[in-house]
Amino acid sequence: MSRLSSTDTDSPESDAPVDTARTALLEALAGEFGDAVLGTHLDPGRDVWARVHTDAWEAVGRFLRDGLDCRYFCYLSAVDWLPSPFGRSMDSDVDNLLEGVGAKEPEPMTHGVTGGDTRFQLIARVYSIAAHLGVHLKVDVPDDTHTIASWTRVYGGANWHERETFEMFGITFDGHPSLRKLYLPGDFEGFPLRKDFPLVSRLVKPWPGIVDVEGMPGVADDEGGDPS
Amino acid sequence: MTAVSERQQLAYIASQAADMRVNVELETEGMTLNIGPQHPATHGTLRIIVKLDGEQVVAADPVPGYMHRGYEKLSEVRTYPQVTTLINRIDWLGSFANEVPFILAAERLMEVEAPPRAQWIRTILFELSRIANVALFLGDMAVQLGAVTPVFYAFRDREYVLNLIESATGGRFHPNFDRIGGLKDDLPKGWIAETNQVMQKVQAFCDELDALLLGNEIFNVRTRGIGVVPAEVAQSYGLSGANLRASGVDWDHRRDTPCGLVYDKLDWKVWTHPDGDSYARYWVRLQEVREAAKMVVQLCDGLPPGPIMAKVPRIIKVPAGEAWAVTENPLGEMGYYIVSKGDLVPDRVKIRSASFNNISIVPWLLRGVYVPDVISILASLYFILGDIDR
Repeated sequence: MSRLSSTDTDSPESDAPVDTARTALLEALAGEFGDAVLGTHLDPGRDVWARVHTDAWEAVGRFLRDGLDCRYFCYLSAVDWLPSPFGRSMDSDVDNLLEGVGAKEPEPMTHGVTGGDTRFQLIARVYSIAAHLGVHLKVDVPDDTHTIASWTRVYGGANWHERETFEMFGITFDGHPSLRKLYLPGDFEGFPLRKDFPLVSRLVKPWPGIVDVEGMPGVADDEGGDPS
Repeated sequence: MTAVSERQQLAYIASQAADMRVNVELETEGMTLNIGPQHPATHGTLRIIVKLDGEQVVAADPVPGYMHRGYEKLSEVRTYPQVTTLINRIDWLGSFANEVPFILAAERLMEVEAPPRAQWIRTILFELSRIANVALFLGDMAVQLGAVTPVFYAFRDREYVLNLIESATGGRFHPNFDRIGGLKDDLPKGWIAETNQVMQKVQAFCDELDALLLGNEIFNVRTRGIGVVPAEVAQSYGLSGANLRASGVDWDHRRDTPCGLVYDKLDWKVWTHPDGDSYARYWVRLQEVREAAKMVVQLCDGLPPGPIMAKVPRIIKVPAGEAWAVTENPLGEMGYYIVSKGDLVPDRVKIRSASFNNISIVPWLLRGVYVPDVISILASLYFILGDIDR
């Protein structure tokens, strides 16, 4: 893939490709949990991901907090990897020309960095303030039960994040003190952020197509016109 | 710090005792009071159900969601440039700052980097957003404690800053100015000189508020030792921004997380306060506005020449991958986790907004405090409803 960086910036390779701090963190995790660490991904100088086994979820949280000093809880949410059964909701004439009509067909389910086995994955981020280091944790949510251990006993802040994930994705957190809806009204049915929950407004009024593509500043699109 | 904690502790014990009293001995019932959804102290439509025993809060349960707009779902059917229009409305007082982390995350996936001039202008506008946002807090907190004058100063001086943002971007509240690979436009002529003048006014405004409030007896009584958040609890709840720094945690993404902004080239300071009370939160924010004004002056001085846009394709398709970008927004840490499947639209956008975490501590924090202190605590935590509800 060609890099589209501007010509007058330094190459980002000035970040050392070897990232000792983050590698050490992954090694510590692997040393503690062994096979329960299912996959890791390192973006040197920027970020690090680890996917852990469902059963180890709460223990991983405790180890991160107490063993690796990651006491700052950033967020917790989920990803639904199911390809949208409604296509891309972008089937205007313009986009069909661009993408081909076939783009509406749902593709097979794929997972992001560190892989995955289930439709839903939790994703959480914690920091070690002292070490200036953040880590993304991923964990598969079992397809049959949609239930996973709660982090509320480890991080107080997980309470609201798990309530949000519960109402938006329908994932149940075992051990959560009061798992009820946070944003939605109590009698709301369905889980809005699941991919098979239709966004009704988009179905009622179709995608207008990319009609608002604007020219680049400083690049004269049409002759003689200064775009500023 | 110790005395302050003791006070909080005593209040907590008293609340436990109150709970017992209500339920067992006197067989009286506590009173349930709805603060909000429409209440001047909630900056929008946050509803807090508090259970009271006399003047003391026994339990508090915030009910957000009256303004939930579902941006995470809506982002899944919009192209990347269109998403910035939505996310402008998350924290509506510092809109430009909302766009930046999203654009940075998308740029990271596309392996694009904005040219230096664009990065500098981004940082200028980012800090101007901070001033416009936090200036309002500085006045608003005072008005909630009964001092009416500061809020008029705040609105007056925020207006100067909004005028600057408007003349640079065309939008007072929702600039929608950041683009993947750079910015929509360069700065207008004469803008730098005007900005330098306004920053002097902002410094004067800070001095004014400092003189008006920080030594004020009433202000001190209403804020000192009220709503103490220990550093450990603040971290566990993911408090961020001035709320975290007011608890003595020295953490600021502008300094600690390298991102596509130019804070490392500036001379500035991260302020912290050891107390963790409402006063500390006010004090830290006041210092932050001062620092921001200093930074803007430095940025205007050092603004490099050059293009403001990297070479990006006209129709933006972001390669498959996952990226997380975070910045230190006026309200605290704001981050976007973007999952892309190589399409015109993001597959999943997780918006980590500061106020959501900052307010999730309320049930813990309000236990045992007195009703008037609820106002002081909520005001000092400083949330924007759009930033909670998204």
